[in-house]
Amino acid sequence: MENEILEIRWHGRGGQGAKTAALLFADAALSSGKHMQAFPEYGPERMGAPVAAFNRISDNPITLHCGITSPKIVIVLDASLMGKVNVADGLPNDGILIVNTTLAPSEIRKNISLKGAKVYTVDASGISKKEMGREIPNTPMLGALLKASGLLDFNLTLKETEVKLNKKFAAKPEIVAGNIKAIKRAYEEVRSE
Amino acid sequence: MITVAKTGNEAMAEAMRQINPDVVAAYPITPATEIVMIFAKYVADGLVDTEYIPVESEHSAMSACVGAASAGARVMTGTSSQGLALMYEILPIASALRLPIIMCEVNRAISGPINIHCDHSDTMAARDFGWIQIFSENTQEAYDNLLQAVRIAEDKRVMLPIMVTTDGFIISHGMEKLEMIEDPIVKEYIGEKKPEYSLLDIEKPTTVGALDLTDYYFEHKMPVIEAMKNAKDVILEVGKDFEKKFGRQYGFYEKYKLDDAEFAVVVLGSASGTAKVAIDQLRASGVKAGMLKIRVFRPFPAEEIAKELTGKKAIAVMDRSDSFNTCGGPVFTEIRSALFDSQNKPSITNFVYGLGGRDINVEQIKNIFESIRNVGKVPVVNYIGVRQ
Repeated sequence: MENEILEIRWHGRGGQGAKTAALLFADAALSSGKHMQAFPEYGPERMGAPVAAFNRISDNPITLHCGITSPKIVIVLDASLMGKVNVADGLPNDGILIVNTTLAPSEIRKNISLKGAKVYTVDASGISKKEMGREIPNTPMLGALLKASGLLDFNLTLKETEVKLNKKFAAKPEIVAGNIKAIKRAYEEVRSE
Repeated sequence: MITVAKTGNEAMAEAMRQINPDVVAAYPITPATEIVMIFAKYVADGLVDTEYIPVESEHSAMSACVGAASAGARVMTGTSSQGLALMYEILPIASALRLPIIMCEVNRAISGPINIHCDHSDTMAARDFGWIQIFSENTQEAYDNLLQAVRIAEDKRVMLPIMVTTDGFIISHGMEKLEMIEDPIVKEYIGEKKPEYSLLDIEKPTTVGALDLTDYYFEHKMPVIEAMKNAKDVILEVGKDFEKKFGRQYGFYEKYKLDDAEFAVVVLGSASGTAKVAIDQLRASGVKAGMLKIRVFRPFPAEEIAKELTGKKAIAVMDRSDSFNTCGGPVFTEIRSALFDSQNKPSITNFVYGLGGRDINVEQIKNIFESIRNVGKVPVVNYIGVRQ
């Protein structure tokens, strides 16, 4: 990845944590010694409205401050956006699409008539309900992203994320344990074509 | 140094925590809200000794800053756009009273239409109020500039208010890698504020806010003009000292592949980072492209910039605001004026871009270079990225 910048786009709905996921992933990338950016797309701020967030990851300093139009990886936190938002917009043939759904990758490909790219699916909502007691698909999707991208060392990233969550939720250790388990499960359960 | 991931707003709030000002008076406005919101939490958590004044408007915020600074306090605030506009009435009073108030200003379009995104209209409209203005390309510069701002503003030769700006959302809400300096080192670096005059010093009483008509108003404006000249020396000194202590270089501007460039863009703020990528690509295809990134817009380093740009074939000045004067944006008119006395003047063209947060990308900046390589074939003032 020398001199190359990996660009990622996250799709979600207001309140689902697309921005938080992008920030968490950027933080994890920094812990792995990478240079990174995480930024949201700001439209009307309403719960449930389609939102996007972005990452740039590189081994070298990143000076670009323009929007991302052809991301290598697209992550969809809410499958109900498919067909309403063109989630594959700008996705190159060698790109990766990761969707939070119970459907198989081939079904997703068929549903949106996707030609190129490689599709991954994982039931992040189900995992988060089981492990965290609430539907917060963003942290399990981090696990799926780590698996699909192979970009960062999984164990190291998991450890760093645990340290960060421990700081944030010092009074609620059960939240940390649930998040970590959810990330691990999504990493293991994500399906590819 | 501590390596962290921070947004521009978080970086500025962290710098404020480390500076630990005596007084902060602010009113929240997007996209600067987070700065004072995070700082208010630091106050509530007892991480700073600051007296936090939650006021009812930006006009009151700046008025409270003026009052507190007149009493000798180290004072900070943060705002954007309409918030800065509501402060306009008080801004020149702060400079006339020689109060080194430090402001985090997040560049945002001015209404109307209503828009929360980045351009430089708010800051540029405040350029003639006697405030020092420093622009930041990224999160790191926002942090470093804010620390240096304390030293610059409070220098006895300067004693002027200062605003450090970042680009709204692009930097304010964008997370990047940040090298933070350890708390005790920052504390030592900025030092204690020792005001020469204070309203509370009954041994040495002073008059503040007096009426000053045709008799002495002019004489009392001249020291502000002199202080702005002095600020040029101090900004360079502080920048050199910062580089010696912390390794990162700061002057009036940054030169990017400029020395041997035939064609150059002049840029302020976050777009300069994107321009660097455009320049790298043009260089790879054999075009001698370069950039002068302005960091300090007030005082304007006219002579220094003229020296850097004279002899180039063509210059494109990129403005993220318009002056509605029909003859070019605020940066353009300064640059063209700075080059007026040069013997070997380049052709100079203006490109107004990015109003209301309109994206500016690598291709567009490469197109700007393409335009100025055809010297004399483009209009003097151009608007790019706008629908016809």
